Amino acid sequence: MIAALQSLHLTELGYLTLLAATPLTLAALGGLMCERSGVVNIALEGIMLTGAFVGYAAALATHNLWLGVLAAMLAGMAIAALHAALSISLLVDQIVSGTVINILAVGITGVYYRTYIQETSTVGPGILPTWHIPLLDRLPFLGQIFFQGQAITWAMLLLIVVVHVVLFHTVWGLRTRACGEHPLAADTVGINVYLVRYVNVIASGALAGLGGAYFSLQEIGNFLPNITGGRGFIALAAMIFGRWTPAGAFLASLLFAGADAVGARIQGFHNIPYQFLGMLPYVLTIVVVAGAMGRSIAPAAVGRPYKKQ
Amino acid sequence: MTWRRLFRPAAVALAAQPILSIVCGFAVAGLAVLASGADPVQAFSALFQGAFTNPRAFTETMIATLPYIFLGLAVALGFKAGLFNIGAEGQFYLGAVFGVFIGYSVQGLPGIVHVPLALLAGMLGGFLWAAIPGIIKARTGAHEVIITIMLNYVAFQLTDFLINNRGPLADKTSSAPRTPFIQHAAQLPILIPGTRLHAGLFVALVAIPVVWFLLSRTTVGFQIRTVGLNPSAARAAGISVGWTLVITMGISGALAGLAGADEVLGVSHFMPPSFSTGYGFDSIAVALLAKSNPWAILPAAFLFGAMRNGATFMQLQTQVSADLISIVQATVIIFIAAPAIIRWIFRLRHTPAAPVQLAKTDGGATI
Amino acid sequence: MDLAIEWDQVHALLGENGAGKTTLMNVAYGLVRPDSGTILVDGNPVVIHGPQDAIRLGIGMVHQHFMLIPPLTVAENVILGHETVRAGGFVDQRAAEREVRDLSQRYGLEVDPRARIEGLPVGIQQRVEILKSLYRGARILILDEPTAVLTPQEVIGLFGILRNLAGEGSAIVFITHKLGEVMEVADTITVMRRGKVEATTRPSETNPAGLARLMVGRPVLLRVDKAPARPQRPVLELDHLVVHDDRRRVAVDGVALSVHAGEIVGIAGVEGNGQNELAEAIAGLRPDRGGRVLLDGQDVTRATTRHVLHGGLGFIPADRHRMGLVLEHSVSDNLVLSTFDRAPFARWIIRRFEAVLEYAQRLIKQFDIRAESPSQPAGSLSGGNQQKVVAARELGRQPRALLASQPTRGLDVGSIEFIHRQIVDQRDAGLAVLLISSELDEILSLADRVAVMYRGRIVAILEGDAIDRERIGLLMAGAA
Repeated sequence: MIAALQSLHLTELGYLTLLAATPLTLAALGGLMCERSGVVNIALEGIMLTGAFVGYAAALATHNLWLGVLAAMLAGMAIAALHAALSISLLVDQIVSGTVINILAVGITGVYYRTYIQETSTVGPGILPTWHIPLLDRLPFLGQIFFQGQAITWAMLLLIVVVHVVLFHTVWGLRTRACGEHPLAADTVGINVYLVRYVNVIASGALAGLGGAYFSLQEIGNFLPNITGGRGFIALAAMIFGRWTPAGAFLASLLFAGADAVGARIQGFHNIPYQFLGMLPYVLTIVVVAGAMGRSIAPAAVGRPYKKQ
Repeated sequence: MTWRRLFRPAAVALAAQPILSIVCGFAVAGLAVLASGADPVQAFSALFQGAFTNPRAFTETMIATLPYIFLGLAVALGFKAGLFNIGAEGQFYLGAVFGVFIGYSVQGLPGIVHVPLALLAGMLGGFLWAAIPGIIKARTGAHEVIITIMLNYVAFQLTDFLINNRGPLADKTSSAPRTPFIQHAAQLPILIPGTRLHAGLFVALVAIPVVWFLLSRTTVGFQIRTVGLNPSAARAAGISVGWTLVITMGISGALAGLAGADEVLGVSHFMPPSFSTGYGFDSIAVALLAKSNPWAILPAAFLFGAMRNGATFMQLQTQVSADLISIVQATVIIFIAAPAIIRWIFRLRHTPAAPVQLAKTDGGATI
Repeated sequence: MDLAIEWDQVHALLGENGAGKTTLMNVAYGLVRPDSGTILVDGNPVVIHGPQDAIRLGIGMVHQHFMLIPPLTVAENVILGHETVRAGGFVDQRAAEREVRDLSQRYGLEVDPRARIEGLPVGIQQRVEILKSLYRGARILILDEPTAVLTPQEVIGLFGILRNLAGEGSAIVFITHKLGEVMEVADTITVMRRGKVEATTRPSETNPAGLARLMVGRPVLLRVDKAPARPQRPVLELDHLVVHDDRRRVAVDGVALSVHAGEIVGIAGVEGNGQNELAEAIAGLRPDRGGRVLLDGQDVTRATTRHVLHGGLGFIPADRHRMGLVLEHSVSDNLVLSTFDRAPFARWIIRRFEAVLEYAQRLIKQFDIRAESPSQPAGSLSGGNQQKVVAARELGRQPRALLASQPTRGLDVGSIEFIHRQIVDQRDAGLAVLLISSELDEILSLADRVAVMYRGRIVAILEGDAIDRERIGLLMAGAA
């Protein structure tokens, strides 16, 4: 194992880790916006899947990758709005609502993949370009990891900062946190709890949708059924492990992505059965979630629907 | 339950909502088909044809119904304790692995012993696999949803390892990756010659009253329901919440494992590396549709069995993806979980019914 | 009903629990929609759809359960909803802190604007609540049971603040069920009973007994009749018990106490001084503990709840909805909640419903539980009857010790009397009772000995003539 690790090119491993962390971080950022306002979002998986599909289909139709990215975010917002309507207005259990979204996403992407993509397309829309930051990309080690990347990875790095600032320094963030901790208290000072929750849930859809676009438009330039492979749930674990903070979610995502990248690289080198390497991120998630639980404090009102008297 | 009671107005009102939800679910799915450019009437008639129109199709529907009965009961039992067991799929795999192993490796037993033994082995496999998230939840408070989903992926990889590429359970003589065939004595007997309908039907039909009895007539069931309704009060009354969660997950997993064992002993007689395509996930919808009532699992499972069986035929006939049934499922759950929508569409009077409600976890939800 | 509140006055709204005081004020604050009727401010009819409207009209409310967000700071809590905003939607933290500091100096409500709510004592949190209303320009201030969580000395401080505010021209509405406080602070008293105004009067024109009669509709004994205790051997012994709270801080710090058969030991103290943790530790609900607990001579320090309960402890938890009952279960199932799996209620794992029903019917009669049938859900009973179910379950098991935590909180006078009677009768029959209550009157009227708890420690144990309201008040505040 150690020997295998040493034989890997560390820069390459770092780069691959950052790439694999991109969708995880984006979805985790979405998840924490949502949960900070008091709504559990286990729909991240379905939102990412929808984003991946719609982004790909739109890019295919318009021959424009950027429109594809935009479409992915809009689709994410649309399906997140359904989660919001069900769990906030119709008081459906938030876990049930999230599960519905996940099943629905499999259905919708499956049905339309078959009619619109599998049957018709021959040539894909390609993948997003790579941007270098001049000079900085020549830095040894870090340069090749952080200063050459594709659009969505750049966006992810920027959004970590944006979400942090919004959440902890703006009026919106203050109100969001108030709704997630004690919605009745927020209501008594005249804050519209429903509005705050709706906006945050829908924003989480945009973030997770962008994360979904990573798969189809940045990583492989194609869509396959179930392309997200449980990453939405791992992102949720990253959010918990990162204690509902953007920086924490990013670091936790790097951890999971690292396990993924190591697993993917090692299998060529050693006779460890590849299935065990494939298990690595999932087992790691279980260990981390179980271990983090005692210490991390979730927003107090998360998971509870708010009902005005 | 007598017929008279079944047809009381209250009972009819109770059944009305699920039925209307199913109708609406199909309507939405029909719109989705329309939007994909296909003909919904054609699609749904193919679905119906594939599910019912000849004896063979009907028995295949029955066969597809069986796993849904076990798995629906498994998920419903979890709901009663406030647990969301999304891991039924993985537990199904483990049950199948244990069942198939006992089925092919043990030799010389009469069928009357071998079949129950293999089924019990399947239950044990599911029990052990499901006890893991139960123990983790009881000890750390980590939400079972994440843990069970992650364990599904681990279970897929694990079975792949066991069966694929000369794994420990692989049939070395076969070129295809699979386990050896089970002993003849371990096969669940065929009920109707010429079809694949097997004696697992009786196992499923027994499982329903057993689960009902467990929940409503035993101390264990009372404990499960009490923990599901109010874990704090349960704890204050001296009920061990942790133990209850573990045992509930375990029994739930045992039912899921039974489904897996039943499938290998009754239908396939061996196990390929990937073999259940989403039974476990669908069963969440089965349990929700039945509102976790063990008796109502039967019609709900039958509906899903018919859809699954019909969908394959529909995809062949009309090119509409079998994933369409996921849309039906999702929309049915929406209408079940948000009865306000159904009441609004059909202008029904408000009858206060218990909404679908999950864990009232201590100290707030943890995801 | 009609109610007129005047400026420059402290107007007390008096009534027993469930009389409709809080509902009425929630209507005035826009949290509950009225079915009919109008609200006038300065003679003008107004419509209040939500708290936003109430705030605009200058109405502020200090809720019984504080509407504060624990992880946020004082300043953040005060400005929430009415933030000073800098360009780009950023919160102007410094301006907020300055404003809070100014306000607190002006009204003598000292508090650190940067402190987090979760670390503040309840008395200070209440100041933050008042500051919140003042920050929003409230001139009509409604306080819902504001003294429930305060020491007698803090209450005096609060009254000073209220007089002050009224003196500056505000109208104060003071909701309470405590007669003494009304006589002390109010200019005008409105007594409510069953949703109706029973009378409006002034302290000078009435006395506590008269108010009690108006409040309950019949003459009320203001004291519980009881014979002197005749304590026997110790039944429940706490030996330097140390308990941690949910955040693993020491909540109970070396408590030593023994409760003898045939006596009631009361634990007085402001809520949040470790009483809950103490009760939960005794009941085996908090494994994180040091020291020893002896029940009837047996060491139950590490025992499970089940073991403790079956070993002879009756336990009435503080929060009956959260811990006392399963509201969806039937009354009879709730009555056997801790014995359902024992004979005669079960044989092996099969429940025996006839035995449960028979037992339930007996308890329903004995404890005067007003239920239509034993199979009715417990949640459909009135609060008083719900608490009787809990008491019946715990006393029906014939325990040797009873741990009763806030046993009459939120109940009507009739139920309070009934439960007090039961506790005293059981004491006379040889039960050892540990009574935890933040209601000082309850402690004074029931307890034979009083232990005062402050910051996790028992700071004094008083008996006989030493049991004195003033002295206990000082001890509760940590001042003696």
